[in-house]
Amino acid sequence: MAVDMRLPTVRKEISLAGAYSSTDGKHLVVPGDVITSDIGFMRGHGTYMDDEKLTASVAGEVERVNKLICVRPLKTRYNGEVGDVIVGRITEVQQKRWKVETNSRLDSVLLLSSVNLPGGELRRRCAEDELAMRDYLQEGDLISAEVQSVFSDGALSLHTRSLKYGKLGQGVLVQVSPSLVKRQKTHFHNLPCGASIILGNNGFIWLYPTPGQQDEEAGGYFTSLELVPLPDREVISRLRNCILALAAHKVLLYDTTVLYCYESSLLHQIKDILKPETMDEIVMLTRQRLLEQEG
Amino acid sequence: MASVRVSEAEKVYIMHGVLDDLRLDGRGCEDYRHMEIETDVVSNTDGSAKVRLGHTDILVGIKAELKRPKPTVPDEGYLEFFVDCSANATPEFEGRGGEELGVELSNTLYKVFGSRRSLDLRRLCICPGEHCWVLYVDVLLLQCDGNLFDAMSIAIKAALFNTRIPSVRVSEDEEGSKEIELSDDPYDCLRLGVENVPCIVTLCKIGHRHVVDATLQEKACSAASLLVALTPRGAVTCVRKLGPGSLDPDSIFEMMEESEWGRLFMLLSCYCCRRRSLLARRGRRLASWRSIGSAPYSAGCFCTF
Repeated sequence: MAVDMRLPTVRKEISLAGAYSSTDGKHLVVPGDVITSDIGFMRGHGTYMDDEKLTASVAGEVERVNKLICVRPLKTRYNGEVGDVIVGRITEVQQKRWKVETNSRLDSVLLLSSVNLPGGELRRRCAEDELAMRDYLQEGDLISAEVQSVFSDGALSLHTRSLKYGKLGQGVLVQVSPSLVKRQKTHFHNLPCGASIILGNNGFIWLYPTPGQQDEEAGGYFTSLELVPLPDREVISRLRNCILALAAHKVLLYDTTVLYCYESSLLHQIKDILKPETMDEIVMLTRQRLLEQEG
Repeated sequence: MASVRVSEAEKVYIMHGVLDDLRLDGRGCEDYRHMEIETDVVSNTDGSAKVRLGHTDILVGIKAELKRPKPTVPDEGYLEFFVDCSANATPEFEGRGGEELGVELSNTLYKVFGSRRSLDLRRLCICPGEHCWVLYVDVLLLQCDGNLFDAMSIAIKAALFNTRIPSVRVSEDEEGSKEIELSDDPYDCLRLGVENVPCIVTLCKIGHRHVVDATLQEKACSAASLLVALTPRGAVTCVRKLGPGSLDPDSIFEMMEESEWGRLFMLLSCYCCRRRSLLARRGRRLASWRSIGSAPYSAGCFCTF
């Protein structure tokens, strides 16, 4: 039985001596900051004209493309692009589609024609398929999918037309800000520490025990409800706490950072990772290792 | 209460984890999350406290006012509770959405603090039958991440500890009417003794085991929880069952014994925390906190199911 109570303390800024020059060259603004007084520029998203001066309306980085100035916010809802891998939760089952919550401004849409039928058949969807929709995906289920297209109102259209996408089974979901997930070639990783991870571009990160050889061919229709062994559970819990620690310190998330953070945290107990001083220590070690790796 | 959707496979994962004594964040079934307590946060109240338990954020403000005492107990003051579920916590609480939960929380607080042993209300009396202090306890829910009752009880205890009621002097006129004078000195005040204020321990039943300090995901996997309010001496002031599921009488007894230990540790840590905060401000030594000891389990309780 452990109860840890303390008075709140001001969080210290962790800065590494010497190299963190990531703010050089970046023009960061807060709402109300004047970007430029030059009238020759076109204003894009995140800006507005205030007395002939171009002012920022969100907190973020200024991007300039020829004559177009826009501000890309640091903390925002997920704005999807074609080809992104996302992890989402089904909120509604409608006539020929599912509505998926992906931490964006509108619920995304997963059409019945965009999912794989059991057995991999290729045929036109009929009325029986519509009635059997709930047998496959219900409200509350988690899926991994890819963005197929973006509707005119900004809603995303998803598809699970590959064996690696589909309904997710046992595991842990971690929610972070979408801007912290780095865009990479692949978002599915089998980490060497003994668990697998899906880094969704929308900020939903899915941790699950690495499936055995025979499960990989099953596709998205079969979820195993067997007992996950204790060592795998410990790895997954530790990874979950590490990801939350990295997110609290605004470190970009990709497989390397998650792995370095996991290795730095092995000295501590799993439940201690979320204490403020332990988080600071682990993130500092991770940042140092990343710098060494770059330089 | 704010709820999250959890898929069937996630529920199975959580329940198997609880059986193995390893929850999602690595805690055991009897561990609390990291807690931060701060007192004296709101300047225009007589006492205030803010508690952060994981992501659950609760702010309590206490204001003392002069009123007539209740006719049934003319020599005691009383407490009035009001819980406000702000829309900050979750969009479900927008408008009147949080009212139902707020009323449920307030009613539970009335039951918890209804016992005569928790606070010495006679100290709040000025003139029996005519004037007494009424403490308006306002609880504000800023962020909701499970385990509201425990955090609320800790915040109320800390706020009561922080409350400074100005001393009064009653003077009688020639005509017999009484005049009340408040002392001008800000340090001349009445402090309440909070040694017997109860703390709430909520135990959620997940599968065949029960957990303390459940997060929203774990709450979604449990059908029933037991809320026990205990004082340091071991007196149970309120026992309540929450949730739509049913509880076996054997498991209820098991959970109540579990809450005994939970309460002991929480109160020990509460005293340590308050001692540190007092030392930080005034440099005076607190009275010994070793008097908690091991209290026997008391079977007498006010039960409401």
